[in-house]
Amino acid sequence: MALVQQTSPHARNARPTSRVMLWVMLATVPGLIAQTLFFGWGNLINVVWCVALALGSEAVILKLRDKPIAFFLKDNTAAVTGLLLGLSLPQFAPWWVSGIAVISAIVVAKQLYGGLGSNPFNPAMVGYALVLISFPVAMTTNWAQPATLWAGAPGFSETLATIFSASQTSIDAWTMATPLDEYKHKIATFTAAEVLQHPTFGDLVARGWEWVNLAFLAGGLVLIWLRIITWHIPVAFLGAIAVMSLAFGSNADQYAPLQLHLLAGGTMLGAFFIATDPVSAATSHQGKLIYGAGIGVLIYLIRTWGNYPDAVAFSVLLLNFAVPFIDHYTPPRTYGHHKARRGVPGKNGG
Amino acid sequence: MTQLWDFAGGVHPAENKHQSTSRPIRRAGIPERLILPLQQHIGTPAEAIVSIGDRVLKGQKIAEVATGIGVPVHAPTSGTIEAIEQQQVPHPSGMADWCIILKPDGEDQWGERNPASDYHQLGRDEVLDRIRNAGISGMGGAGFPTDIKLRPPRDRKVETLILNGAECEPYITADDMTMRELADEVVAGMKVMAWILRPSRCVVGIEDNKPEAIEAMRKAVQGTQIEIAVVPTKYPSGGEKQLVQILTGLEVPSGGIPADIGVMCQNVGTAVAVSRAIFEGIPLISRVFTISGDAVQEPGNFDVLIGTPVSDLLAAAGLQADKLNRLVLGGPMMGYTLTTDQIPVIKTSNCVIAATRAELPAPPPEQPCIRCGECAEVCPMELLPQQLFWYSKATEFEKAEHLNLFDCIECGACSYVCPSSIPLVQYYRFAKGEIRTQRAEQLKSDRARERFEARQARLEREQQEKELRRKERAKAAAEAQAQKQAEAEQTVSQGDAVDNRDAKAALVQQALERKKAKAAQATESTQQAPTKPAEKPDIEALEKQLTQAEAKLNTMQTMLDDAKTQQADNVDKLERAVAKNHDRVVRAREALAEAHKLAGTESSPQLSE
Repeated sequence: MALVQQTSPHARNARPTSRVMLWVMLATVPGLIAQTLFFGWGNLINVVWCVALALGSEAVILKLRDKPIAFFLKDNTAAVTGLLLGLSLPQFAPWWVSGIAVISAIVVAKQLYGGLGSNPFNPAMVGYALVLISFPVAMTTNWAQPATLWAGAPGFSETLATIFSASQTSIDAWTMATPLDEYKHKIATFTAAEVLQHPTFGDLVARGWEWVNLAFLAGGLVLIWLRIITWHIPVAFLGAIAVMSLAFGSNADQYAPLQLHLLAGGTMLGAFFIATDPVSAATSHQGKLIYGAGIGVLIYLIRTWGNYPDAVAFSVLLLNFAVPFIDHYTPPRTYGHHKARRGVPGKNGG
Repeated sequence: MTQLWDFAGGVHPAENKHQSTSRPIRRAGIPERLILPLQQHIGTPAEAIVSIGDRVLKGQKIAEVATGIGVPVHAPTSGTIEAIEQQQVPHPSGMADWCIILKPDGEDQWGERNPASDYHQLGRDEVLDRIRNAGISGMGGAGFPTDIKLRPPRDRKVETLILNGAECEPYITADDMTMRELADEVVAGMKVMAWILRPSRCVVGIEDNKPEAIEAMRKAVQGTQIEIAVVPTKYPSGGEKQLVQILTGLEVPSGGIPADIGVMCQNVGTAVAVSRAIFEGIPLISRVFTISGDAVQEPGNFDVLIGTPVSDLLAAAGLQADKLNRLVLGGPMMGYTLTTDQIPVIKTSNCVIAATRAELPAPPPEQPCIRCGECAEVCPMELLPQQLFWYSKATEFEKAEHLNLFDCIECGACSYVCPSSIPLVQYYRFAKGEIRTQRAEQLKSDRARERFEARQARLEREQQEKELRRKERAKAAAEAQAQKQAEAEQTVSQGDAVDNRDAKAALVQQALERKKAKAAQATESTQQAPTKPAEKPDIEALEKQLTQAEAKLNTMQTMLDDAKTQQADNVDKLERAVAKNHDRVVRAREALAEAHKLAGTESSPQLSE
C-alpha cells in the first residue's frame, strides 16, 4: 500500500491562473467589439497579430531560458499582454510598431525580469511607452476615424494591407486625432463650444470612444463580479480623475471636461484591465487604493499639463515604481494586533 | 438571539460530512493490541509506572508525569503490558516515540473507580485534581492539559466560557455526533468547568450545518443559563481565535491566549471527558473518532479506545484497500498524511480520511505567484499570504516575521484558493521552522558567549587576586626586610658617625653629575637641527634621488611622445605623470642645492651670504 504523502490542505478549490487569464480576455470582448464597430478592423487585426507575436516571443525566450514552454504558454498571461497591446495601440499602427511593443513587453519587461510574477513593471505598458516615445508620429497619426463619420470605412483587407505594408500608403483620409488630443490642442485658441464642433466629438462625449469605454467598463464590472479583480484600483483610479477634474479643470473653456477624461482615450481599459495587473500592482486593499488614485492623479496631470494627450502607460509605470514603497506602508492590521506594522523591519516599531 | 460577529476571510470547502453522520456512533471494540504513546499532550512526556509483564486493570494509571506540565495515561482495558518501546506515533513527520504496548485480555475488568455524586462538596482544587488524574487534555487537537487551562492566572478572570462545537473542518463529525448522542454529558461537563471558572456567560458555538446537534444541545441546556449560538458555516469558524471573535467580537491578542481577554474555549469532547471523570470516575480512555472517505464502505463515527490502531478502525468501516490513495489524519484542510495505518488513535485524534485518488487529487504543479491576492481575501488572520510566501521563499525571514508570520494559524485557506497551486502553508511552516532554529541557535550561541565571558572574567579575577596576593607577600617580605635592616642600622649607627660624612659627599657628587649630564643634553639638542642635513651621505642620497627622478621623467616623456604620435587614449594620464615627475625632479634639485649650500656653509662660512 503506497500512500500518497502530501502537505495540507488536501482539498483545493482554486480557479487556475490560466482560467483567470481567460476570463480577463473574455471580459475585453465587449470593448473589442465596440472598437471594431466604431473604428474598423484595426484593433482586431492588431489583437490577433500582437497575441500571436506575444506567444511566439514568449516561446522563444522560454526556450532560451530553458523553461518548459507549454507549461508557461498555457497560463495565458503572454496572450493577455498581447491582447492588451492590441487593444490599446492605434488602429493603423504599422506592424513593426506593434511588433516592437510586444517583443519588448514580453522579452524585456516580463522575461528578462524573471518571467511571470517577477516583473516589477506592467509588461504591456512598457511596450506601449517604448513605442510611444520612440515613434511619436506613428503613435499619434494612426488613430482611425470613427467609422460612422465616414462613408467608405476601410475594409478588412485594406486595413490589413495598411498595417502590414512596407511603406504606409496615404491613410490620412482614414485617420483623425483622438478626442483628447484634439481638445487639448484646440482649447488654447477656441472655446469649448467651438472645439466640440469637431466631428471627433460626435453628439455625446467622443464619438465611438464613449461606447468603447462603456464596453470596457462593462467588461471590468464582470471581472469584479467574478471576483477576479477587486473594486479598489478601478474605483480609486476613476475617482482620482474625477476629483482632479472637478477640482482643477471645471472650466471647459480651459481644460477637457470630466466626461471626456472618463469616456475618451484609454481610461476604462486602463482602470479595469491594465492598472489591475496583480503582478505589478500594490498588494493590500489600502495599497491598491493609493496605487489606483496615484495613477488617476498622474493621468490627469499629464493629460492636462503634460505633453501627451493620453497618459495611462506613463502613469501606470510610474506607480509601478512606487509599489514596493506603497506596500511597505500599507499592510493590513493583522488579527490580534492593535495596529498594522508599517515600514520595514527594524524601523517604525518593527 | 445571540449577537454574532464575523471574522475576516474564510472559505467554503465542500463539507463532506453527511457520509459519516448517517450511522450512530459504533463501538470499535477491543483490538488485539493497544499502542499508548507516553506523550499525548503538550508538555513533559509521561513516564511508565508499570513494567513489562504487569497485568493492569481498565482505568488503571500506567504512566505519570512526576514533575512538569502533563497528564497521566491510563489503561483503556484490562490486559498485560507487552512492551515499552518506540513506535510510530501520530505526527506529521512520521516519527517514533515511546509507547506502552498493552495486550488486552478481553475481560475488560475495571480497576478502582472514584465517582463523585456531588462534586460541589469536593472543592475546586479536588475537582481539578481529579480532572488531571483522569488524564484529560484538550481533545480539539492541541492537547493542552485541561486542569492547567482551567486554572487561568489570577489576574485573568474568565468572563466567557465557550464550548467549541463549530467543527468547521470538512469530513470530521466527531463533535457533531458527540453533541447529538451525548448532549447531556457535554452539558454536565460544561457545568463542571463553569463551576470552576465562575464565568458570567457560557456559550456553545455550533455551525449551522449541524441542525441535529443544535437541536439536541438546545434540549440538553434547558433550564440552564448556557446559550447555544448557531454560527454561519464558514471555514475556519472553529479556529479558537475565529470562534472567540464570532461569539464575543473580541480578538485574542497576538502571542496571547483567550484568557487575556477574559475568554476560554473548551472542546465538546473535553467536556464529555470531564463529565465522565467527575461523575463516573472514568479516566480518558476512549474518544469519538470519525472514519470517512470514499475508500471505506461504511464511514461513520466510532467510540474508540485510546491506542487502537487506525488499521483496526479502517477494517471496521469496510476499507477497500485497492481504492485507498491517501490516509489523512485530521481534516482535509489541516490534517496530515499518514505513512502507515499502524498508527494509534490518541487523545487529540479526531478523524481519519481514507481518500481515493479522485476524492483528493494530487495538486497541479506549482506555478509562479501572480500576486492575485485571492489568498489575502480569504485569510482569517488578515495577513498578506502572498508577501509571506515571497519572503519565505527568498528566506528573508526578518521581513516575513515583520508581516506577522507567526500569527498564521496554518488553516490552509490561502492554499485552498491559490490559482497557482502554491503549497503556501508549507512555505510558512518552513519559514517558522527556520526562524525557530535560528532563534534556538542564537540562544545557544548567546549562552556560549555568556559562559565564555564569564570564564574570562573569572580567569582575570583569579589572576588579579593572585597578583594581589603576590604583591602582598612581597610587601610583607619587604617590610620584614626593612624592619630587619632598620634594626641592624640602628645597632650600627649608634657607634659610627664618620661614615655619614662619606655618604653626604657621595650624594653631592651624584647631584653634580646629574646637572652636567643635563647641560650636555641641552647643547646636543640645539646643535642637532643644523648639522644633520649637512652630513655628506645625504647629499649623495639626494643626488641619487635626482638622477632617478630625471631618468623617470625621461621615460615618461618618451612614453608620452609615443602615445601622442599613436594618438593612444592614455595621453592624458601620461601627461599628468610627466608633470608629476617634472615636479619631482625640480624638488629633488632644490633639495640638492639646499644641501650643497648647507654643506658649503659648514666648510666655508664666508660663502653662505
